[in-house]
Amino acid sequence: MATQEFVDSATALANEAVGLAQKAKLLAEQSMLVKQVAESGHGDMLAMLLTVFVLAVFVGYYVVWRVTPALHSPLMAVTNAISSVIIVGALLAAGASAVGFSQVIGFIAIVLASVNIVGGFAVTQRMLGKFTSKKK
Amino acid sequence: MTSTLSALLYLAASVAFIMSLRGLSGPATARAGNLWGVVGMAIAIVTTLAQPNMSVSFWMLLAMAIGGGAGLYIAARIEMTALPQLVAAFHSLVGLAAVLVAAAAFYSPASFGIGVPGAIMLGSLIEMGLGTAIGAITFTGSIVAFCKLQGVKSPALNAMPMQHPINAVLGALCVILLVWFCLSGDTTAFWLLVLATLLMGWFVIIPIGGADMPVVVSMLNSYSGWAACGIGFTLQNSALIITGALVGSSGAILSYVMCKGMNRSIFNVILGGFGTDAPGAAAGGAAKEQRPVKIGSAEDAAFIMKNAASIIIVPGYGMAVAQAQHALREMCDLMKKEGATIRYAIHPVAGRMPGHMNVLLAEANVPYDEVRELDEINRDFAQADVAFVIGANDVTNPAAKNDPKSSIYGMPILDVEKAKTVLFVKRSMATGYAGVENELFFRDNTMMLFGDAKKVCEDIVKSMSGGH
Repeated sequence: MATQEFVDSATALANEAVGLAQKAKLLAEQSMLVKQVAESGHGDMLAMLLTVFVLAVFVGYYVVWRVTPALHSPLMAVTNAISSVIIVGALLAAGASAVGFSQVIGFIAIVLASVNIVGGFAVTQRMLGKFTSKKK
Repeated sequence: MTSTLSALLYLAASVAFIMSLRGLSGPATARAGNLWGVVGMAIAIVTTLAQPNMSVSFWMLLAMAIGGGAGLYIAARIEMTALPQLVAAFHSLVGLAAVLVAAAAFYSPASFGIGVPGAIMLGSLIEMGLGTAIGAITFTGSIVAFCKLQGVKSPALNAMPMQHPINAVLGALCVILLVWFCLSGDTTAFWLLVLATLLMGWFVIIPIGGADMPVVVSMLNSYSGWAACGIGFTLQNSALIITGALVGSSGAILSYVMCKGMNRSIFNVILGGFGTDAPGAAAGGAAKEQRPVKIGSAEDAAFIMKNAASIIIVPGYGMAVAQAQHALREMCDLMKKEGATIRYAIHPVAGRMPGHMNVLLAEANVPYDEVRELDEINRDFAQADVAFVIGANDVTNPAAKNDPKSSIYGMPILDVEKAKTVLFVKRSMATGYAGVENELFFRDNTMMLFGDAKKVCEDIVKSMSGGH
């Protein structure tokens, strides 16, 4: 009887140990994931993205100063359309395999950004279509 | 699709966007520029859909189709005079989309590869927080701008007493919430930040007057770009960062151009107060109104212009309100037949958005080679027989040059008073937006044509063609 009890509790202990080990493994995997993401050179990445950003600001500055004032309205409409490239983020959120809150708001963001993209380009085209020179 | 390939494709999209803005350097290349923009957007969207961990569903395509259809419908129906409102409305959508994308990234960071819920990296939190804040400000700010441009009257749009101190406190609160969110990654902090910045956008734009909306719309244009940038950093996507930076600097430059056109700083515009200060000036204005002005009829105007060799048209917002651009062009066509040279002089802040007058004139089939900017044409007023001012006021006021006490002193103006005759189309003797009396009305060479801008043009056309 005492032996049986001993065996039982040993088995229970072993099972518990296995369960704990599995949990530990899961935790380790998760922390690895976090670590990986954290160590995937976020610092370097940030520096690189900042480089891209600063250079792009300079490009924008010089390109936009060359835009003729007569076309400032179309410029605004077209920049409005291209700033909706944010749809990239909306698509990534909506296209995640897990269904959840983020996916739903991702979908809403897709609709909003699409209004802007198509509307912005279309209204720019309409405006530009009206600009004609004297020699026709 | 490998990550290298998609990075290259995103680069291609960015280059296309740069080409798109580059195309706008002249009307001849502008349409190609717009096409470049479409191409860039198509590349960016297809590249995103082709990502390996992407499960493209029917619903996503449907969402794009719904949004796109709505956009196309609106763009096809909108009146060209209502462009500023439309652009403001569009900006609000970008702002809201930025907030939503940031929230999605916050709730499921794994799908963006920036960590697991509750353990998002500090860097990503900062970018996300900034993107959210700017997006939220853009969203509500643009709604207020839209309402003001649309002429919506509501108590919610009136500035509260102590608005500026309240805004300062709210601004400080936004910064504190942003710091809290970045340090903790807390859900409550996130939503409080969203709430505070939404309020902030609303409150900041409320005290700004209707005629300052060109600056506001440009500024919000800029913000929508910076919001996209913030999201781009979060997603580590160079296309978003580059595009956001282009849009951000474009909006900033436009705001600068507008402010310079009014000789005011951006802070002065944001803090408002234009036209509301200087009660002494208003009293002085009332006294001045007793002075006699020369009032002419459409026939007089037709006679003067028939004998003129060189006519410069100065359009302003009043022309847009009266939808007078077509009637105006008809009038100019007649005068061209009489042998006059016609040119149009556009002040940088004419209208309710940058370049608004140019689009309206283009809509009325005015060739763009007849339309000149302030710097190009200002010297020619001295040689002009007639300056025909239609719906503009403050941008022609000589007080900006002569009267250091005037609130518009220092603002670059069109020198219409140098023309032999100034014909001034106006509904009444009321002052312009700045609330400053225009001394030009009382000059000997000025003739006032009272009435609706469109009606006046039509009457002149009638009496000109009747005279044959």
